[in-house]
Parts: sequence; structure tokens; C-alpha cells
Amino acid sequence: MSGNTPDQETLARVYRSLRLIRRTEEEIARLYPFDKIKSPVHLSIGQESVSVGVCDALQPGDMMSATYRGHAAYLAKGGDLNQMMAELYGKDGGGAGGKAGSMHLVDMKAGVLGMSAVVGTTIPIAAGFAFAMKREEKPEGQGRVTACFFGDGATEEGVFSETLNFAALHKLPILFVCENNGFAIHSPLSNRWATEALCERVRTYSIPTHEIGDANVFTIRETATSALKAIRAGDGPQFMECKTYRWREHVGPGEDYDDDYRTRDGLAPWQENDAVTTTGDMLDAPEREAIDADVEQQIAKAVEFAEQSPWPEPEELFSHVYAD
Amino acid sequence: MSTPTDPNSRNLSYVDALNEAVEQEMDLDPGVFVIGLNVDDHKGIQGTTQGLFDKFGPERVMDTPLSEDAVTGICIGAAMAGMRPIHVHIRMDFLLLCMNQLINMAAKAHYMYGGQTRVPMVVRSIIGKSWGQGAQHSQGLHSMFMHVPGLKVVAPTNAYDAKGCLIAAIRDNNPVIFVEHRLLYSTNAPVPKAPYTVEFGKARIVGEGDDITLVGISYMLVECLAARDLLAEAGVSAEVIDPVSLMPLDVDTIAQSAGRTGKMLVVDNAWTAAGAGAEIVAAVCERGNAPTVGRMGYAATTCPTTPSLEKDFYPNATTIAAKAFAMVQPDEKPWTPDAEPTLPHEAAFKGPF
Repeated sequence: MSGNTPDQETLARVYRSLRLIRRTEEEIARLYPFDKIKSPVHLSIGQESVSVGVCDALQPGDMMSATYRGHAAYLAKGGDLNQMMAELYGKDGGGAGGKAGSMHLVDMKAGVLGMSAVVGTTIPIAAGFAFAMKREEKPEGQGRVTACFFGDGATEEGVFSETLNFAALHKLPILFVCENNGFAIHSPLSNRWATEALCERVRTYSIPTHEIGDANVFTIRETATSALKAIRAGDGPQFMECKTYRWREHVGPGEDYDDDYRTRDGLAPWQENDAVTTTGDMLDAPEREAIDADVEQQIAKAVEFAEQSPWPEPEELFSHVYAD
Repeated sequence: MSTPTDPNSRNLSYVDALNEAVEQEMDLDPGVFVIGLNVDDHKGIQGTTQGLFDKFGPERVMDTPLSEDAVTGICIGAAMAGMRPIHVHIRMDFLLLCMNQLINMAAKAHYMYGGQTRVPMVVRSIIGKSWGQGAQHSQGLHSMFMHVPGLKVVAPTNAYDAKGCLIAAIRDNNPVIFVEHRLLYSTNAPVPKAPYTVEFGKARIVGEGDDITLVGISYMLVECLAARDLLAEAGVSAEVIDPVSLMPLDVDTIAQSAGRTGKMLVVDNAWTAAGAGAEIVAAVCERGNAPTVGRMGYAATTCPTTPSLEKDFYPNATTIAAKAFAMVQPDEKPWTPDAEPTLPHEAAFKGPF
């Protein structure tokens, strides 16, 4: 495998995060047919290593923006699991009291900027946060950073290019991370891109780029760590393209390999290289089992929290239309 | 509602009132910044941002690439992070490039994220008119923003309200669409030196009358006031109301007036279909005791460039007076004022821009 072997503490932390995301989403998929989760879900299963690799390199004060396929990034950045589950249930205990659902998850305390269901929309907003961070008084090299996740489809939106240019022009402290899973819903890159040279396109804005083809969580983590160091030093934005693969259907809990647009052959290499399994295998069995048990308990508690949480009061319909 | 009676008032132009509002708020709050194409150049958005770059520097008065979509999002992000951006557009038509960010994010963020974020930003935009502004420099798009919960929309028509509304908009914790009109820029009014706010959601009765209520939006308020003078010559007493703020809208003041006069003509600086005028008429009628109502606005066409066609695209004092007269005296033969008054600031406005 590529990437240096991480120390034991990092290994355990990264595995815990990967495992928590995978098992949470598997639990969401298991619960989904019971109609308890009253929100569309776009599962990240298979793509966890990008979120975990980048977010593990972030500091607690950093911010992170993600997409409607955002469960992985939310949890990787330390978003509250109980609130996330209650939010998916549409309950009062959700992070946004049920007004967000899965597609607009938010946890500002944990540095999770609100997510958007309109592709590309959060890219400039993340840059706006970086714009404000650049103006904060911090010791040299210790400035805060915003990490901005988006998919391959978002790079086709005009606002992506506009934001790259602005961020490079003003040397904003932002790490752009493209999770390239090869599909916009069901449209392959070949229907959408004249060339696959995404990093080359980005470099024309004078932004350093890093292309990672195998979704190795430690390669992603190391790359992000060195990029973030340069960004904190005031060198301006950097860009990572992480190839990855969405294992489940675009929206919903199931698989879609019997549909007409892709086959299980495409999945196989990604499953063989699955970050959750390979990282888990690097741990001693007792440590791994302890993490697994702990994760199960956390998820069970979150589901229980969501079940027990009341529905929002009717008057909540009218709260938060305008800020005081 | 208070009127400008401060003894320290000076006669100030709409342009200078806007400029002073921004300068004073930038002095008070280091989080306030101005951003937009050409806000820092020698022309300073017709003078409204002139001098600010020299005083506050490039970090707080920032030129932009022609990337309205991204810059709007960047303002939203900066606002969520605690800053107070003022995003300036030389024409309102360019707001169409910002719609995704304004409608899908700015308007919704506070609600969609359960109150975890707020978006205190101001979007300044100017409606153009005459000297060939034509199809894409003349649109009044305020009703599109009134439609969406989470946005506030104000359209001050004089220098006093321009300063007070802009300060209120900057201090507001919500996105505010600030609608200016190019022909109002040279108008003057007494403006207090010290900072003050004009509260949103309060209409202003700017001319009292008994026979009909004229509601004038943005620049059409000026035309309504001129129409009021013409109507007086024909023996019709018109009350003229400036809504000032379109969202929130002071339906009470307008409905009270319309209830008293029994007739209401709303004149918008925009098209009538699904517009601010339609909203005002509907809101007043819903209060019961519905008056006889009428609406005027842009012709249901694209704005032509040539003045020979453009003159019939807009309502003016003469056409407003004629329509109001017909509403007040439906049984009389139609009346039209003898001469169409040329408003001084309208005559003064020449190109190139």
C-alpha cells in the first residue's frame, strides 16, 4: 500500500472514524425500509477514506464544507452523531431541529458548515469562510483553514472556476477536495468532460494540485497534512482530486448494479482495496474489536436518541425565517 | 414614523447619503466591507463608494473578477463567519447572475440550518432608466426577491431614507436586497450627519389627500408626487405613499389610507404581472373593505433602447394622473393633463452611463 505507516494512535483514530461512518450508514440503510428516516439519503459507503483522510489532518478550529452526500464528512469532522440521526428522523433533537434532514446537515460547533442539495453551491461559501479567516489575527503559520469537499459534477459548474480564481487571487486559506466518484447521478465522466485532466485545469489558476488515484486513506491524510501546512503559512489554496467509488445507488439505501449504467465489475477493485477493511486489518484484533464494539454502542445510542426525540412543535415551522 | 427634522441635517444628495452611510458603518464596525466590480475605481459606483478605498484600503473596499455567482457565495460565507459584506452591483439586471446563491443559500441558511448560522449581508443594486439603458440595464426585479422568505427588500426613494435604510440594512442580521434607482441619485434631501436607522416595514405618507391613494415604488414615487400636483389642478386630492420597505411590507398604513380614500393605484418601477403592485393590491384587499384598485408599471414588453419607444414603456406623472382621475371620476369624460412635466433630475441625466 502507498503512504507511510502511521503511528498506532493515528491508525486507531482513523480506523474508528472510518468504521463509525461505514456502520452508521449501514444502519441507516437497514432502518430505511421502516420509513423512520424521512429524508432522502445519499450514502457515502465506499467513499469514506476521502473524508477521513482530509478531516484527520484538520485542526478542531478549522471549518469543513461538504455536499448532500455528506454523512462521511460530517462524522469525520466530529459532527454530533446523535444530532445527525435525529435530524435524519426529522426530530426536534436534530442539529437543525428537523429542518435540514440528511442533505443539509450542519454542526457549526464542530466546524461543519451547512451542506447544500444544489451541486457546487457551497464552494464559494467555504471560500467566504476562508476569506474571513484570512483576516483573523493569528500567529504566523497557525491560521485557520477551510476544507471544501465537492464531487466531480461540481467542477462543471461555473461557480467552481470562479471560486478557484478568486481564492488563488486572494491567497485564501482553503483546501479544495474533489471526491471524484465518476458519476453525476448516473452520467459518467465520458458524457461530461472533454478531458479528464482536472488537476491540469486547476493548475492554470496557479493552484498546486494533488491527484490521488487509489483512495488510500493515509496517502490522502499525508497529502492533506502537507497541503494544509503550506496553506496555514499563507501560500494560498491547494487542490486535491481523490478518485473514489460510490458503492450504493445515487440516492437511497440499496445497490444499483442491475440498473443500466454500471456493472459490478467496476466495484470489485474498490472493494478489494476498501479502506475500512484494510485499515482494520492493520490493528491488533483486540484493539479492533474494542473499537468496533464502541462504535456499535455509539450508533445504537444515536438511534435510540432519534427514536426518543420528540417531533418539533408546530410553531417551529415559523421559527428561523429571519434572524433577530 | 419620524421625518427628517434633525437640526444638524444638511442637504445631501442620494449618492452622498449612501456614501456617508457606508463610511460611518465601516468606521463603527471593522467587519463591514464593500465588494463588487469597480467599487474601488475613480468613478466609485457613480460616487456612492468614492473615497472609501482611499480611507479603508483594499482589504475592505475590494474590486472583484466578473464572478457574481462566486462573489455572492463568498459574501454569504464571510457573513456566516461574522463579517458584514456589502456587495455592490452597478445594475440590478446583474443580480440574475447571483440568484442561486441568494435564493438557495442566503435566504434559506438561517432556517435550513436551524438557526446555527445567519447571513448579515447587503446586496446593493441600481435600476437604470433613460439614455438608452434598454433591455438589460433597466429591470426592476424586486418582486422576485419579495417572493422568497428569508430575504428583506427595501427601495428608498430619497436621500434621508437612503442613508437610514442602508445603515439599517448593514446592521440587519439577514440578507437585504437594497434597491436603488439611478435617477434618484441626484435628488437632495435634508440628511442628519450622525448615523441613524430607518426601520423596515414602515411606509411613509409623503403627501396627504382624500380622493385616491397613490402608492409609488422606487422611482415611481417621484412620478406619483408629480401626478399629485397635476391632479390637484383637476380638483382631485391624492394621498401618496412610499412603502420604503417592500419586505417586510407595511400593509397597515397602505390599507388604512386606501380604506379612507376608497381608491388605490399602485405604480411600480417594474412590470405589473406577479409584481410588487399585485402583492400590495392583494394584501390590502385581504384586509376587507376592498377599495377600487388599479396597477401601473412597465409596459408588458422588454424595455426598448430608443427614447421614442422608451417614453411609452414607463408610467409617468401624466399617465398616472390620467388613470387616477378616471378611477376617482369614472363617470366623467377622460382627462389628461395639458403638459407632461419633465422632472429636473430626469432632464439632467445623460450618458454615457
